[in-house]
Amino acid sequence: MLMQLARASLWNRKGTVLMTVISLTISIALLLGIDHIRHEAKSSFTSTVSGTDLIVGARSSQLNLLLYSVFRIGNATNNISWQNYQTVKTHPQVAWSIPISLGDSHRGYRVIGTNEDYFKFYQYGEKQPLKLAQGKVFAGVYQAVIGSVVAQKLGYQLGEKITLSHGVGSVSFTQHKDKPFEVVGILAPTGTPVDQSVHIPLQGIEAIHLGWQSGGMPAPGKGISVEQSLSMDLEPKVITAYMLGLKAKMATFVVQRQLNEFKGEPLSAILPGVALAELWQMLSMVENMLLLITALVIVATLVGIVTTLLAGLKERQREMAILRAVGAPASTVFLLIELELLLMALLSIAAAVLVLVAGLWGFREVLASQYGLFISINPWHDQTVWLLSAVLGLTLVLGAIPAFLAYRRALASGLMVRL
Amino acid sequence: MSEHTDLKIPALELKSLVFSWPDQAPLFNIPQLKLAQGQHLFIYGSSGSGKTTLLNLLAGIYPCQRGDIVIAGQSMTALSAAKRDQLRASSIGVVFQQLNLIPYLTVLQNVLLVSAFAKKIPQAEQRARYLLQKLGLEQQLWQAPANRLSVGQQQRVAIARALLSQPALLIADEPTSALDHKHRDSFMQLMLSEAELCGTTVIFVSHDPALRSYFHFELDMEQLHQGVQPC
Repeated sequence: MLMQLARASLWNRKGTVLMTVISLTISIALLLGIDHIRHEAKSSFTSTVSGTDLIVGARSSQLNLLLYSVFRIGNATNNISWQNYQTVKTHPQVAWSIPISLGDSHRGYRVIGTNEDYFKFYQYGEKQPLKLAQGKVFAGVYQAVIGSVVAQKLGYQLGEKITLSHGVGSVSFTQHKDKPFEVVGILAPTGTPVDQSVHIPLQGIEAIHLGWQSGGMPAPGKGISVEQSLSMDLEPKVITAYMLGLKAKMATFVVQRQLNEFKGEPLSAILPGVALAELWQMLSMVENMLLLITALVIVATLVGIVTTLLAGLKERQREMAILRAVGAPASTVFLLIELELLLMALLSIAAAVLVLVAGLWGFREVLASQYGLFISINPWHDQTVWLLSAVLGLTLVLGAIPAFLAYRRALASGLMVRL
Repeated sequence: MSEHTDLKIPALELKSLVFSWPDQAPLFNIPQLKLAQGQHLFIYGSSGSGKTTLLNLLAGIYPCQRGDIVIAGQSMTALSAAKRDQLRASSIGVVFQQLNLIPYLTVLQNVLLVSAFAKKIPQAEQRARYLLQKLGLEQQLWQAPANRLSVGQQQRVAIARALLSQPALLIADEPTSALDHKHRDSFMQLMLSEAELCGTTVIFVSHDPALRSYFHFELDMEQLHQGVQPC
């Protein structure tokens, strides 16, 4: 009976109710959306690199090393010696390694100098290896394998000749124009910074810098042609960092200490998992703020709704008096108002979930192609139930204010409401 | 017919009923009032004379302060607020001046509203249809929203609702004030004849002395200040 009354009463005020439900839907969708993106971002973030036990670079903070080696953000403090890398590779605990040489770019996308081991051992997500969508891994010096975003954004096909720039800005004044690279492979999307990278062989990095005096452009007329370069010794002298996979996880800390105490040069060896967690903690502050702000938006919306209800109470006094006259206890008045609010909140939650799923589905392609974000359509997480219960609880608690006022008024004014 | 057709039990009995607002002289004082089944009472008084308070007391909205109200043998003083609400649902019908109906419910739903709160009313829906028909409301109006009806029609629906549970008491608070003379008289006749069929005692409040002639007894609120015994 109460349900029928609440439904009919809401239907009677459908204009106001619709606006109320829309405003609540928007704020609930915002809350669920932000919570969802938080989850997705965390899982995509922490799965940027997996399977790698140690990342080694020149002595610096672990965040800096992680940022430039994995996220292609920032720059290395220094390079490390190729010779020493060769020594470390022979360490009995080392199962595999991936050398990385950074410092060049192509139209804003970072260039990674590496070798074929990168495509063999680099893993992301749930220990997924990199896959080629088209073509093959580079075999020659002037060949490149590009990430999916690079290919899509710049419209590159296999066979495209690309020119690298010195430095990492999107506008560079020093181009390696004389030595173009041919795109021989395009990687499948990963949702990690790999998508935004151009991979070339370490020898390629050496080759384009041949004839450069320490850090400067080659003097005019001293340039070395492609043909000449190929006959030269292209073994790198330095690299930026390397990733290590160990035979036994147990040995990780021992090897890490040995590397940190390496006599030849100052090295930093970091555990990517630990560094990722530390970085995430810094970022999650921002997200918690975002979630908090959303929660406040919900509170503000609910306060607005309660205000509307309070303003409407006077009009409904007659209705309440009629209910009292036919024998409804004063508590019915309280329950009716709470029930109406509950119905509106439930309706809003259902609408919010629908809107969110539809939105995620609709923007899925755009997010994946434009931003390299792979966001699941299903916004439901373990804590979603708690978030929604909190919204419902808050609705009922705030709704108790007008409900109680109506209850008290119903008790005091009784049957004879003079309007 | 209902249980209160037993003529030995008065429909309404007031015993030394005194009511006063906090820190004020008694609003009224009724030493003794007894209405048998089907005896109708006209309460006459200007505004501020305590009519509304008396009706709220009779309907069990306010608790008795002193004295007792007995409706169909059931003493109100002994009852909790919830029990009084239940008693109102099953033994007291109420008709207001106007705006008696919940606008967003249909006519039939309005009449049946009582059955949600009263103890079981046998064949409530059938009875509702019967009463609506008797009160001259065409069938095509029954499913219409209540606010589509004219004031006169709404007042008749209100009577149907008030009589649905065959109450011992029908409390009417100036139900004719919004009606013109012609409608007023037909309304009075309809209400009283239906009440008689149900064996219901009508308590009718008005400041219109012309209606006095319809009733067996009358009560002037002004006299109640002195505690004059009306009957």
